[in-house]
Amino acid sequence: MTTFIIRRLLSSIPVGAAVVVICFTLVRIAPGSPFSSERALDPATKHMLEAKYRLTGSIPTQLFCYLSQIAKGDLGESLKYRGRSVVEIIGQSLPRSILLGSISFLISLGLGIPLGAWSAARNQDRAGSILNGLAILSLSIPTFILAPTTVLLFSFYFHLFPPAGWGEPNQLVLPAFALALPFVGVCARLVRSGLLETLGSDFIRTGRSKGLSEPKLVLLHALRPAILPLVSYAGPLAAGILTGSLLIEETFAIPGVGQFFVSGVINRDVFLVSGVVLVYCAFLLFFNLVADWLTALLDPRIRLHS
Amino acid sequence: MKIRILLAIFFLIGGAAIVGPWISPYGVSEVSSARLLSPSFTHWLGTDLHGRDLLTRLLYGGRISMLVGLVGASVSLLVGVAYGLAAGYLGGSIDNAMMRLVDTLYALPRIILVIVLISLFDLKLKGFLDATPLAFLAPHARLLLLFVALGLVEWLTLARIVRTQVLSIKERPFVLSSRLIGQNTPTILIRQILPQVLPIVLTYLTLALPAVILEESFLSFLGLGVQAPLASWGTLLADGASLLNPIHTPWWCIVFPSIALASSLLLLNFIGDQLRKPQK
Repeated sequence: MTTFIIRRLLSSIPVGAAVVVICFTLVRIAPGSPFSSERALDPATKHMLEAKYRLTGSIPTQLFCYLSQIAKGDLGESLKYRGRSVVEIIGQSLPRSILLGSISFLISLGLGIPLGAWSAARNQDRAGSILNGLAILSLSIPTFILAPTTVLLFSFYFHLFPPAGWGEPNQLVLPAFALALPFVGVCARLVRSGLLETLGSDFIRTGRSKGLSEPKLVLLHALRPAILPLVSYAGPLAAGILTGSLLIEETFAIPGVGQFFVSGVINRDVFLVSGVVLVYCAFLLFFNLVADWLTALLDPRIRLHS
Repeated sequence: MKIRILLAIFFLIGGAAIVGPWISPYGVSEVSSARLLSPSFTHWLGTDLHGRDLLTRLLYGGRISMLVGLVGASVSLLVGVAYGLAAGYLGGSIDNAMMRLVDTLYALPRIILVIVLISLFDLKLKGFLDATPLAFLAPHARLLLLFVALGLVEWLTLARIVRTQVLSIKERPFVLSSRLIGQNTPTILIRQILPQVLPIVLTYLTLALPAVILEESFLSFLGLGVQAPLASWGTLLADGASLLNPIHTPWWCIVFPSIALASSLLLLNFIGDQLRKPQK
């Protein structure tokens, strides 16, 4: 187990490096420059600015500078928000995004797993198909539909929740649900299809024949192997919530890391973008590591070290 | 029985999207002075900020959204299944390397990939197409790039899911049996393991088709996808959402694109769900 974790941690270093390399290169070769604005910059000033941020020379040399900087724990300075370091920007905005994201993550799992399990357990009768319909309904309505329509309905029409902002708990309600609801459906469906398959297998028939009650059968025996597809979805789910939160933060004016990322992309703020991507990447690798570990824990047929 | 109704509704929407813009008395980009009219008999779903008929635009947007969905999902299916099968079955260091590549691509936000792909290759592809017999495609270079970009980001999830399944399946006795009777690796993969993976793949495909439509709408919503004069449901919704304000919001500009998009996604998801039910 320990060797597995250590190996995975070690193998994530090249992944992180590769992500930074790709991201840095892509932003640098994309048309446009971080220093161009409405006013034309004279070439000498531009060159000076580039030299200051060590963006002169070929892309590999720039990359080398940047990577050695990262190795020292410094993510550089933002080119758009002059005088603020990327670490500082991320440090201030990331906790908000994490709070929003983790609430949504918990909502998706907390509503999705019971919904899926229940609809699979009641597969034969009407309740099952209604519950499944609910799951499909929730995954069919994307975040960017939910965001404007919920604001229209719950803020402007019923005046229940504030339409935007950050700081009070009731300002979190609309964005967290708009972000989570589509994933509730996805989780429910994965649990359901896994569970339906498991419920048809031999050991469930054995359990049933020795007189186990149906809830016990589902919760104690069937759910464990059935949840595997959901576990391997944990990584994508985290990714989905991260990208979804870009849009949510834009719509609800939440000063999270996503807003800085979008403005960074638009301004070709290469250090900010690469820094944020590196943080995203760390999150995803962590979730995938946990997912693989849980998969092995749940399914003894999978061996971690092989 | 039920599936026929669902399919009929879906083809009705699809047919309306194909035929509608021709029948409509209004042009797709026809600007008029009748700005932001609420729904009436002359404009069934109202008009937008530039006085364009919303129904005509929605029907037209449906064409683009569905086309993107179909092409994108097919690309992702082919790539994802092949990749996941190979990684899961070959195992060991090959699997490790392949999945780290997936992780790497995952960690790259698709927005970046799409922006760069589009801004770097848009003009080049246009120039390239102009020189070939495919010149009629040249004005749609942006759309083609969108297909590629969406297909290339959407397969990752599928590859991971297929791989996880294969990891478990290949330890089962029947795989060993088929190896013992002398079947080679491609045969085992296609004849033995693929059928086992298919239920999960189908579950995912019915998620992928709407997901690609979604991705396109998401990108269009942020202004990076389909561009004027083309329109998709995503761009229409984005236009509507930009009119959102506390004093007077033209609700029809938000509600109708939302309904069009959500109901099509819902239909597709329901159809997929029905298709997967065992036939009695």
